[in-house]
Amino acid sequence: MDLSLLLTDVPTLVVVIVGVPAVLGAYILGGEFLVRRLPDRARGSVRPWIWVAPALFFVTAFLVAPAIGTVFTSFQSHGGDWIGLTNYQRQLVDFPNGGAWIAIRNNLYWLVLYTLFVLFFGLLLAVLFDRVPYESVVKSLIFMPMAISAVALGVIWKFMFWYQPADAPQTGTLNAIVVNVFHQAPKTWLTDPNVNNFALIAAAIWGITGFSMVILSAALKGIPADLLEAARVDGAGEITIFRRVIFPLMMPTVVVVGTTLVIFALKAFDIVYVMTAGNFGTDVLANRMYKLLYQADNPGGASAVAIILLLAVIPVLIFNLRQFRAVEARR
Amino acid sequence: MTVIGTWSGSELDSFNAVVKPFTDQTGTTVNFEGARDQDAILSTRVAAGNPPDLAAAPGPTLLNRFAAQGKVVDLGKVLDTGQLAKDYSKSWIDLGTANGKLVEVFSWAALKGLIWYDPKVWTAKGYQVPKTWAEMITLQNKMKADGTTPWCMAVESGGDSGWAGSDFHKEIALSAAGPSVYDKWWAGKQKWTSPEIKATWTDFGQVLGPGTSNVYGGANYVNNTYFGEVGNHMFTTPPGCYMLNQASFITDFFVKANPALKPGPTGDFNFFPLPDINTKYAGAHVVSADAWSMFKDTPQSRALIKYLVTPEAQAIWVKRGGKLSPNNRVALSDYPDDQTRSIVKLLLETKIGRYDAGDLMPSDMKHAYWTGILDFIRDPTKIDTILANLDKVQASAYTS
Repeated sequence: MDLSLLLTDVPTLVVVIVGVPAVLGAYILGGEFLVRRLPDRARGSVRPWIWVAPALFFVTAFLVAPAIGTVFTSFQSHGGDWIGLTNYQRQLVDFPNGGAWIAIRNNLYWLVLYTLFVLFFGLLLAVLFDRVPYESVVKSLIFMPMAISAVALGVIWKFMFWYQPADAPQTGTLNAIVVNVFHQAPKTWLTDPNVNNFALIAAAIWGITGFSMVILSAALKGIPADLLEAARVDGAGEITIFRRVIFPLMMPTVVVVGTTLVIFALKAFDIVYVMTAGNFGTDVLANRMYKLLYQADNPGGASAVAIILLLAVIPVLIFNLRQFRAVEARR
Repeated sequence: MTVIGTWSGSELDSFNAVVKPFTDQTGTTVNFEGARDQDAILSTRVAAGNPPDLAAAPGPTLLNRFAAQGKVVDLGKVLDTGQLAKDYSKSWIDLGTANGKLVEVFSWAALKGLIWYDPKVWTAKGYQVPKTWAEMITLQNKMKADGTTPWCMAVESGGDSGWAGSDFHKEIALSAAGPSVYDKWWAGKQKWTSPEIKATWTDFGQVLGPGTSNVYGGANYVNNTYFGEVGNHMFTTPPGCYMLNQASFITDFFVKANPALKPGPTGDFNFFPLPDINTKYAGAHVVSADAWSMFKDTPQSRALIKYLVTPEAQAIWVKRGGKLSPNNRVALSDYPDDQTRSIVKLLLETKIGRYDAGDLMPSDMKHAYWTGILDFIRDPTKIDTILANLDKVQASAYTS
């Protein structure tokens, strides 16, 4: 093996392993040292800032500043001239099939179907598996796709959706079932515009259901058994208990998982990129942004799409924060 | 030093074989970074001020963009231009020149628009190699009348899906519309909806047949199948299809999938060039090549680029198969077999040589072209919508 590359990286490694902790340690000790020198009254108001400052710095440098830069770029042409809203206009003219509209439509599909199905399956599996002795085994199995990278997941599902002409042996799992069990013509899952978006979303749902199930299951386990017992003693059936007791108590968790999924749906990229590359009417905003930036060399247009995406995510974030606060307040 | 390119697998082995004598002689190790997603990786690295020393791209589009930004070194000051002019035909030098600077050089090439067939099957069926476009259409109709499917075609290729079909179309475009329309077309000065270009799509549609019925498996199979698998149905008994259009590199895929196949007029696969459509433009062929640009002017990168344009370096890969050399000094005897030699002869005898139009277009025009091909294969009756949409892309693609 060629170790020369490793040797040239030794200084970097030293900085990372020794330098970073040393700087952080010095910062904390130095900060505390200075705070102690301050008058008693000032300490309380200065100390939090000392601790928050590094996080603030990193968020500003790596998130806020680039976001502001993106806003600026979205109003500029490639040469850096100010062109007002032209980049946005280019993305948003030609409703319903031009510009970014196909991607916006597909993101809405993702938003609704992906979020609802993942919550539904997650809740269903969490509640049902809670009642069987082999719970941990099946839960591990359902959770397993979470360990696969989205790219590998895309490749696996590409094989699942594989198409061969009707007279050739079907090598894709789904078409093998369609042809041999249902005796229908094989379907082109990934190129038929009537089904391909749903095929992609189905693959994504398969990948993430374990996440929703595990969190919802944890919330379910947090419901006191005596509460359910009391409801049963009062004569409530299992379905009533779920509707009136379990579901309301799990609501805050459902909302948190739901908003997380909404954000996942809005930034859907990898599965689409791997499986169809956004062709055949499956484009989504994140993939469009990528294509505009790297294939079309159009940073203004890409920034405009990024800002549209950001604007779409902000209400969800605000809702999520409010929800967190509401949960905190209840405690 | 670092080199970024798109090769992987056996192609990467071949590239490493090319570089080995260079490393042995100079002691410079070349770190090759393979990037399937070259547009993104190279753009990011160049924008971040951390470009590789050299980059090889399968077409000049991407490198032209960096050349326009002034990010690449003028090779006219690095290479011996006198020798270069002797080794390469003028069209290759022109192709690599932008604003009077030599920004790209070409190391290996492929000839497009070759039609592959199985000579044994053809002899048994009594099919003759067509000399003209009309003969080819007659042959195609005869195959259909025999109850078989004439064409093998597959265009799936991940994010680049559609290019394999666009190769067939642009060969038709060059041969039917001629080089001046072709040049205006890729430069964005000829509308897609213009009668000249629309006619080339109709010609391509004639090959596909009504509802893409002339192609094995129909539109669904074409759009859903990896381009490299295209040959598989030509070599089954009975064959699923009888002709396939692809550049010279496809033989590599034939032999990988079916190691027993032998090339040649009496072997299992042979080729004929796509017949001339308009006799005015006889001998027109589309070529493609690996383009090199230099991003960092260091003694090592100078040495490597000088080495890569030599016939010695290029012959190493040529001998291993799958590539042709644009360098006149690479001997015919360096090619692995007679079939490759006849392809090289065709390349050298090309009267009207043009570079791959898609590769010359700005990236979003190129990708829209490929997507247009996919949509056309899906439903050739949508030709007007597809071309109108391409015109719309054309209106913005060349200005940004």
